Amino acid sequence: MISANNLSKSYKGVQVLNLPSLDIPRGQSFGLVGNNGAGKTTFFSLLLDLIKPTTGHIKSNDILVQESEDWKPFTSSFIDESFLIGYLTPEEYFYFIGDLRGQNKADVDNLLAKFEDFFHGEIIGRKKYLRDLSKGNQKKVGIVAALIGNPEVIILDEPFANLDPTTQIRLKQIIKELTKNRDVTVLISSHDLMHVTEVSERIVVLEKGEIVKDLATSEATLKELELHFAG
Amino acid sequence: MIKHFLNLEWKQYFRSSYWQKNILLNILLVFLALYFVAMFLLMGVAMYPLLKKFFPEQDPFIVFNGFLFYWILGDLFVRFFFQKLPVMSVKPLLTLPIKRKTVVNFVLGKSALSFFNFLPLFAIVPFGIMLISEGYETSTILIWMFLIVIITLINNFLNFIIESLSSETELSFLPIILLVGGLYGLNHFGIISFTELVSSAIQGVVASPIMILIPMAILFLVYVYNFKILKEKLFLDSSLKAKTQEASTTNLEWTKKFGDIAPFMQLDLKLITRNKRAKSSLWMLALGLLYGLFFYPQPMYLEMEFMFVFIGIFVTGIFLINFGQFIPAWDSSYYKLLMSQNIKYEKYLKSKFTLMIMSVIIMFVLSIPYVYFGWKILIAHFAAAIYNIGINSHVIMLGGSYNRKKIDLDKRAAFNYQGTGAVQWLIGIPLMIVPMALFGALNFFINFETGIAVILLLGLAGIMFHQKIMKVITKKYLDSKYKMIDAFSQDN
Repeated sequence: MISANNLSKSYKGVQVLNLPSLDIPRGQSFGLVGNNGAGKTTFFSLLLDLIKPTTGHIKSNDILVQESEDWKPFTSSFIDESFLIGYLTPEEYFYFIGDLRGQNKADVDNLLAKFEDFFHGEIIGRKKYLRDLSKGNQKKVGIVAALIGNPEVIILDEPFANLDPTTQIRLKQIIKELTKNRDVTVLISSHDLMHVTEVSERIVVLEKGEIVKDLATSEATLKELELHFAG
Repeated sequence: MIKHFLNLEWKQYFRSSYWQKNILLNILLVFLALYFVAMFLLMGVAMYPLLKKFFPEQDPFIVFNGFLFYWILGDLFVRFFFQKLPVMSVKPLLTLPIKRKTVVNFVLGKSALSFFNFLPLFAIVPFGIMLISEGYETSTILIWMFLIVIITLINNFLNFIIESLSSETELSFLPIILLVGGLYGLNHFGIISFTELVSSAIQGVVASPIMILIPMAILFLVYVYNFKILKEKLFLDSSLKAKTQEASTTNLEWTKKFGDIAPFMQLDLKLITRNKRAKSSLWMLALGLLYGLFFYPQPMYLEMEFMFVFIGIFVTGIFLINFGQFIPAWDSSYYKLLMSQNIKYEKYLKSKFTLMIMSVIIMFVLSIPYVYFGWKILIAHFAAAIYNIGINSHVIMLGGSYNRKKIDLDKRAAFNYQGTGAVQWLIGIPLMIVPMALFGALNFFINFETGIAVILLLGLAGIMFHQKIMKVITKKYLDSKYKMIDAFSQDN
C-alpha cells in the first residue's frame, strides 16, 4: 500500500530522516516508535505531502504523493491540534469533514453513533466550540474525524498522548476493530510501548531518522523494545 | 531583566518568517515613516513664517497654541487606528521568577518609544528654535517643548486606555469616533470652547512653570491606570485563556445553492461571524458605506471627478480589501488539515472569491442612494464595482499566495487589542490608487465617458478571463504550498 524509496529529508544539511526502503502492505497495522526527534512526525508529514522530501519519494497505492493529489480521497489523518478548526462545534467539524469526503449528514451521524462510548458524553451536543474543549477531548474529535468516509489509510500521530486511561483502552479497541478485516492500513506513532505493541502487528523503531529495528509483534516484542530504549 | 526582554523582542522580530518574507513591506513602511518625518520637519520650519503671514496681527506662539486642541484630537484619532500596544508573548514568562510589575512596566515603557511619540518632535523642535531666535525667552520655550512632550505621552497612554475599553465592544471604533467627534462638535458649535481652554492652559503653564506639575500628574494617572488594566490581564484565566462561549448554530442551508463550494462557504461564513478578528471586517462594511458622506456633501469634491472612482472602489470593495488580503491566512491555524484533506484547491479559492463578489454587489446596491449627489457618481460607482469584481478580486487573491503571516484566531496575543496596524491599510492603496489614477488621467485628457468605459472594460475583461486567471492563481497557491504550511506553523 505504502512504499518509501530512497526517502530522505534534510534541513540545512542535517538529515532528519533516511529510509532507503520501507514497504507497508495493505491492511497492516503499523506502529512507529522512537525518541523525540527520531523522525516519526517527519515521516507522516512526508506521507501527507505537507513537506517536500529532499531525496526519493513515497508512493501510496502506487500514487506518488508529491505529484498527484489522488491519494487524498482514501487517506485520512490526525497529526495534531492544527488539524482542528477551533471555531466550529464538534458536530459541525464532523459534517465539514464528511462533506469533503463525500459523506452526507446521515452517514456521519451513523458513524458517530458508534463512538458514543468513546466520546463519553463530552463531545456531542455540548454547545461548545472546539477551541474551548480540553486537549484530550480535542484529540478524541480529531481521531474520530479521521475515521469518517471509509479511508483506506489512517495516520495517527501519538493518538494515546493526552487521553485519559479509559479512553486509551477504548481507542485500542477501535484500532483493533479497524484492522480486523485487513483492508484498512493504520499507521500509528507512539511513545507508549505497551499500547503500540498491543495494537500493531509490526513495529518499526526509528533512531535519528534511520530504521534500527523492524519487528513483527510477538510476546517478546515489548521486552525487546523496553530493553532497546533502556540502553 | 530589561536586557532579557529586549533580547527576546529582537529575536521574535527578526526570526519570524513574516519579517524575512516581507522585506518589501518593511521597506515601504520605512519610507512612509521617513515621509512623515520630512513633512513634520517641513511643518516645523515653515510654521513661523506661515503664521506670521496669515495672522500678521497676532503672536505666532499664541496662534499655534490655539491650534493645539486640534493637534491633540487628530493625534488621538490617528493613534487609535495605527498605533497598537506592543505585543509581547507573556505566557511563557508567567511561571518564571519575574515580577508581573516588571513585565507591565516594560511593555508600557516600550510603547513610549513609539514612532508616534517622536514624530511631533520633528515639528516642535524647529519651531521652538525659530521662536527662540525670534527673541522669545529660551526658558519659556524649553518648558513649552517639554509640555508638548508630556501631552504626547498622555495621548500615547490615553489611546491604550481607549483601545482596551473599546476592544470589549463589538463596534470597536465607535467610542473613539464618538469621543473625538463629540469634542470637536462641542468646540465647533461653540458650546464649550476647548480651543481656548487648551490654549490658555498651555499659556498658563508657560507663564508659571510650577504648573507643569499638573500635566505631569495627569501623565502619571494615565500610566497608573494602564498599569492596572494590563496587570489584571496578566493572569492566565483572564485574557490568555478565552472565555467559553456558548456555541450558536446557524442555518446556512442556502449556501447549498452554490453547489460543491457550499462546505467552504459555510466554513467562511462561520469564520467571519465567530471570530472577533474576522468579525471586525463586517463592521467595516458600515464604515465603508458611509465613507462617501465624508466627501460628496462638499461641493469641492463634486468638482473632483477622479475622486468618484476612488470612493466607488472603496465603498464597494471595503470587504474585499479587508477580508481578501488575509486569504489564506484566515485558515492558517488549520492549514495542514486543509492540505491533507480531500480538497480541490480551486474550490477553496472559489468560495472566498464568491464571498467577495457577493459583498461587492451588496455594497453597490446599498450605495445606490449616492445618486442623490449626481448621476455621474452612480455610474462611477458601478464601473468601480465591476472593476473590483474583475480586477481587484483577482489581484488580492494573487497577493494572498505571498501571504506568510499566520493569523491566530483562537488565542489573541496578550495586549493585542485589534490585531491590525498600519500594514493593513497600506495594502489597500494600490487597489484604489491605480484605477483612480487611470480614470483621473482619461477624464482629464479625454472625457468622463472614456474614463468610465476603460474602467468598465478592464473589469469586464477580468470577469471574462476569470477561469483562466483562477487557474494561474491556483497554481501559484499550489507552488507555495510547502512554504505556506511551514510559515503558518510558526507562531510569530
